[in-house]
Formats: sequence, C-alpha cells, structure tokens
Amino acid sequence: MTQESKTNVNEATERAKAFHQHETMDDTELRIKIDESVTSQTAIFFATSLFWLLIGSIFGLIASYKMHWPDWLGEYAVLTFGRIRPAHLNTVAYGWISLAGAGTLLWMTSRLTRVPLQWGWMLYISAFLWNVGVAFGTAAILFGYSRGMEWLEFPRIAGAIIAVGFVFFALPILKTFVRRKVKHIYVSLWYILASVVWFPLLYLTANFGHYQGVVEAGMNWWYGHNLLTVWVTPIGLAIAYYFLPKVIGRPIYSYYLSLLGFWSFALFYNWNGIHHLIGGPLPTWLVTVSIVASVMMVIPVLAVAVNHHMTTFKHFNMLKYSPTLRFTVFGAMSYTAVSLQGSAMALRSINEVTHFTHYTVGHAHLGVYAFSTMLLFGAIYYIMPRLSKWEWPYPRLVRLHFWLTAIGVIIYVVALTIGGWYQGLNMNNSDVSFIDSVVKTIPYLYLRSLGGTLMVAGHLIFIYHFVLMVKRAGPRRFAPPWFKKPVEESAV
Amino acid sequence: MMFIRSFVFFFGVLATLLLGWAALVGIPDIMISEVKPPEGLERYTAEELFGRQIYIREGCLYCHSQQVRPEGFGADQDRLWGRPSVPADYVYDRPHLLGTMRTGPDLMNIGVRQTSVSWHMLHLYDPRLVVEESTMPPYPWLFEVKRTAGPDEYILDVPGNRVPEGKVVVATPEAEALVEYLLSLDRSFDAPQREVTNDDDE
Ligand code: HEC
Ligand code: HEM
Repeated sequence: MTQESKTNVNEATERAKAFHQHETMDDTELRIKIDESVTSQTAIFFATSLFWLLIGSIFGLIASYKMHWPDWLGEYAVLTFGRIRPAHLNTVAYGWISLAGAGTLLWMTSRLTRVPLQWGWMLYISAFLWNVGVAFGTAAILFGYSRGMEWLEFPRIAGAIIAVGFVFFALPILKTFVRRKVKHIYVSLWYILASVVWFPLLYLTANFGHYQGVVEAGMNWWYGHNLLTVWVTPIGLAIAYYFLPKVIGRPIYSYYLSLLGFWSFALFYNWNGIHHLIGGPLPTWLVTVSIVASVMMVIPVLAVAVNHHMTTFKHFNMLKYSPTLRFTVFGAMSYTAVSLQGSAMALRSINEVTHFTHYTVGHAHLGVYAFSTMLLFGAIYYIMPRLSKWEWPYPRLVRLHFWLTAIGVIIYVVALTIGGWYQGLNMNNSDVSFIDSVVKTIPYLYLRSLGGTLMVAGHLIFIYHFVLMVKRAGPRRFAPPWFKKPVEESAV
Repeated sequence: MMFIRSFVFFFGVLATLLLGWAALVGIPDIMISEVKPPEGLERYTAEELFGRQIYIREGCLYCHSQQVRPEGFGADQDRLWGRPSVPADYVYDRPHLLGTMRTGPDLMNIGVRQTSVSWHMLHLYDPRLVVEESTMPPYPWLFEVKRTAGPDEYILDVPGNRVPEGKVVVATPEAEALVEYLLSLDRSFDAPQREVTNDDDE
C-alpha cells in the first residue's frame, strides 16, 4: 500500500467513527447473531420474490411479443394484452420489487440498529399474507376482475390483504428501531423508517378513498407516482447508501448531502404525481404544481448522485471483482439518469412529445429495472451467503446474469427512447396518418422484445443459481465469488 | 434528545406525505366536486355500463386514452378527435378511464367519429379485417361461431372464407354492450364553463 492510500484510510476511519459507527465495529459475533435472527424471514421474502420475478417477467415478455405479433396467442382471453400487461406490472411491482425489497430492508434494519430482529414471528405472517394478496390480485386481473386503474388493478380485498401484510412487516422494523443500540442513525435507516410509515398511509388512502371523475384520475396518479416515492425509490436508495460504502470499505462521502438529499426528496417527490396528466382535463394550477415539484427533484437527485459517485470515485477498479458492487453501481448510476430524465419529461415542451408513447415505458424500465431491480440483485448477492453460510457456487453464472440483464435493459431503454420519441413526433404531426405512426414503431418494439428476452434469460440463470445455492449444490467456496482475485488490487 | 429527534423525524415524514395529499387530491376534490353534469352529457344506460365493464376487463385503457388535448399541445385538434376535454365531461365516470398510452387513437369521441356498428363488430372480432396494418389484439371470445343465429342476434359480415361453411359468427351480449358503450362516447356538446380548468380565464 502506498503512503497516500494509507492516509486516506486513516482519514476514512476517523470519519467513519464519527458518522457511521456500524462500519467500524468489527464485532463479528454480534453480526452473526443478528444475521441469524433474520435468516429464515429474509430467505422467505427472497425466495417468493424470485417466484414473482419469474412469472412477472414472463408476463412482460408475452405482452411485448404481442405488441408486434397481435395474433400470437390471440384466442386466449386470459392472455390478452389488456390483461397480461397489468398482470405484469402488478406482479413485478407488488411481488418482485416489494418482497425482495422487504427482505433487504429487514436485514439492513437489524444490521443498522445492531440488535437482533424483534417480533420476528410477525414477518412469517407478513410474507404469507403478502403473497396471498398478490396471487389473488393477479388471478383477479387475468380472469377479468380488474378495478381498471393503473397500479390499483387489484380488487379491494387483495389490497386489504396486502395492507395487513404490510403492517406485520412495519411493526417488527419499528420495534427493532426502538430497541436500537446505536446513537447515530445511518442514512439508509432514514429511508427505511420513512417508507414503512408512508407506504401504509398511501396504500390506504388510495385503495379505500372515494373520488369521482378527474379527481379520481388525480388520486390515481398521486398514488401511482408515490408508490415510487415512498416505496420503490427508498428501497433502492437505502440499498445504494448501504452497499456502496460497505463493499468499497469507505464511508459515504458527505453526511450533509445525505441530509439534504433525504429531506428535499421527502418534500418534493410527493407532489410529482400529476405530471402523468399534463395536457389533460385537470386544473392548470394543479398540473403546474406537479411540474414545478418534478423539476425541483433535481436537488435531491444531484445530492444523492454526488454523494454516491464521490464514494465510488477512484474505486471503479473494484467493479472488476465484486458482483454486488457491479450491480450496485449500475443501479446507482441509473438512478441519476432516470431522475434527471424524469424531471425533463415533466417540462411541457418535452411532455407534449413523450406523453402517450413508448418513450414513457422506456423511462419506466430505466427506473424500475436498471435502478431498482439491479440494486436488488446486488443486495441478494451480498445477503444470501451471510444467511445460508454458503457462497454462490459459480462466479461465471453471476457474470452471465449481470451481462444479460445489463445489455438487455440497455437495448430495451435505448430502443423505446428513440422509437418513442419518433412516435411522439409522428403523432403530433397530422400529416402522418395515425396508423403510419403505429407501423413505424414496430421495429423498435421488436428490439424491445430482444432486450426483454435477454433479461428473462438472465433471470432464469439467477434463479437456477439461487436454487443451487439453497440446496448447497456445486463446489463449496470459502470466499465470495470475486470475479478475479482481489489480491491483484494491491499490486496495481 | 434522541427522543426529540426521532419525533421530529417521524413528524416531518408524516407531514410531507399529508401535504402532498392535500395539494394534489384533497383540495382538488373540494373544488371539483362542485362541478355540475353539463347539459348534453347523458348518464350511461345499464347496457353501456356493462359495455364499459368489458372495456375495463379487456384492458382497452392500456392502449387508448380518453382525454383530448387542447390546441397547441399535440395534434389532437388537427386529427379531429374532439374539443379539449374538461372536468365536467367525466362526472359519470367511475372508475375514470383517462389512460396514459396511445398505442391506438384517443377514444373520447369515437361515437362521433365511427358510427358504424358493423365496423366496430368486425374490428373487435379481428382488427386486421378492417385496418390491414393494425396492431390491435383480436377479441374472438366476444363472439360465437355457430350454425344458426338466434332471432335477436347480430350476425357479422366476415369477408373472405374465414368462417367455416355453413356457420355464422354472432356477437355475444358482451360484444353488443361494448359497441353500445363505444357509440355512447360523444362529448361534442358545448363545453361548460372552463374556469375550473383555467383559473386565468376571466
Ligand atoms: C395493444 C393495444 C390495443 C389494445 C389493447 C386495444 N386497441 Fe384499439 N386500437 C389499437 C390500435 C393500434 C388502433 C389503430 C388501428 C386500428 O384502427 O385498428 C386501434 C383502434 C381502435 C379503434 C378505432 C379508432 C379510430 O379512430 O378509428 C377502436 C374503436 C378501438 N381501437 C377500440 C378498442 C377497444 C374497445 C379495445 C378493448 C376491447 C381496444 N381497442 C384495445 C390498439 C389497441
Ligand atoms: C422485472 C423487472 C420489471 C419491472 C419492475 C417492470 C415494470 C414495468 C412497469 C412499471 C410498467 C408500466 C410502464 C408504464 O405504464 O409506463 C411495465 C410495462 C411493461 N413492461 Fe415491464 N418491468 C420489468 C421487466 C420487463 C421485462 C423483462 C419485459 C419484457 C420485454 C417487460 C415488458 C413490459 C411491457 C411490454 C410493458 C407494457 C408497455 C405498454 O403498455 O406499452 N418488462 N413494466
């Protein structure tokens, strides 16, 4: 080690002591005890989330093929585009992301509070109810009982089951927090605590409120967007804030930026929803409020971006070795990209083109896939070996999984971003007939199917590897599945 | 100290969410609930509501919006999709079906633009029978292929030799209701006062 890097490490340790006690405590025994207290609960959440990942992404793939081959499987009512598409959204959002996210949050909570999980038995009830709710809701959509509002298609009964499931998830987290053995509360924990308070409130107001006409549309999109605000994004950010410093072995760059990022996020993101209805029949002031809030999102996003990138900066060579870090950095960079894109899309001049087109779908997958899903993959790679005390057997499969999903989602997003923009221009030009504007999107829809096929192939490999690990098949390893030996690093 | 900080934290977190709700849902609810049904907008009949239910069941809303944008924002006006939509157009709509995607055209005024029952029937049975390049899904389960049609049943005039010899394609009550609903989509009456939409009008 050079002199310079030694001073860096010393300085880092000092900062870590001040702000992030959990990083410097090398009290492995406690960690093992903590991990054991959450093992079976986290594993159940992860395993069931992978089931929904598989089902949900196959639904997505079928929907994608149907957009260019409309007669394929055209005679089956259950598989028609208008049913399989909401089934896709709901299974990946409430099944995959929510369950994998819940598993990660509860593991992180007990690590960050430095106490074994409290009231752990509640989590079995939670996982059970949640899965039942998602299964029931998805079946209802496929068999024709959707409520007909995007993100809220599940019948109210399924919604109620999930809400109760969530309460049984939130209580152990709050109880563990109350029992905490740390003074400083790490930033990941802010996001976790906020989301367990926000989510149930949001879910209840949306599922059980009574509104009419355009107010209902406003409520629909306040909810739809806020599901990202209070749940999907905090999960992703809690993971990024935890794993970037953890794997790199350096504290997060700036505490004050974290603080600014969190509170500006809480303040502005909530008001974004109506940007889904720009140009629609809602009061102008309402739409304008949401546009302003969407643009203000640049503040929290840049705060988070600078913080993450300054933490990773100079350590990019670690990406060669650590699977977790590779997924985490990909996800963290996508967060910056998708958020800045989102702020731009809220501007009227840009929204005029992109609204109602495949461009929005590209944006959605940059968010829920390149950001959230990739971060969740990284978290699962990190957490599972600590729970099962068994390493991932084949580094090769991890690498394959990364490249298939990364390349897949890049093809997906680039194709729809270009194709959607072009579609928007054509649609806004009345010299082009509507059907021509449809026909011109087809090549891009084929490309999306290609990207989607790669992503699903990646998921199959991941799930296969997960099963091997749980069954303790394959070679036993005593070190993480580094892609190359990290020893090389000190030589560089 | 710790206690106060936690309190401030949870209070802040709650306050931000409730503020957002009040601004985007609560206040608009109070303002817009005063909107009266305009003259010219009729309540849906039972048949139309049943058709609307089929529209929701088959997920037409994931490809079709029901909101017309004003002049100067997109080409809705040039494409003759109808006058710009206002909150009063939706007073009878539950759930709302505004939609956010236009894989197909806006349907807010499809009942004005396309009045032919036979066109709609064929289009739902197989869109490519009427629009060769269409990418819309077919809905064959809304129809029945059988020997003879009942007295009140609608028989489709399917071109070519798609239908087996000696059989007819008839619309189920679901298809009839859906078409009835589509034909009811007509907001060509004068827009009522727009001050709720445009607070700077007067
Ligand atoms: C996968 C997307 C998709 C779905 C789902 C879909 N459509 Fe369409 N629809 C289209 C496309 C594309 C067109 C334009 C080509 C055409 O006329 O067939 C269209 C056209 C139409 C038209 C003609 C509009 C006009 O201006 O001429 C009507 C009416 C229509 N669809 C009704 C429906 C109904 C009712 C449903 C649900 C049962 C439905 N669509 C579901 C894509 C879709
Ligand atoms: C597993 C992670 C995934 C998540 C979380 C996810 C999430 C979403 C979301 C939120 C939407 C709604 C977009 C909108 O309304 O703007 C959506 C739509 C869609 N997704 Fe995914 N998706 C995932 C994977 C996939 C995959 C692998 C495919 C395969 C091609 C796919 C294909 C589609 C299609 C075709 C739509 C419908 C778009 C439309 O209505 O035009 N998704 N998905």
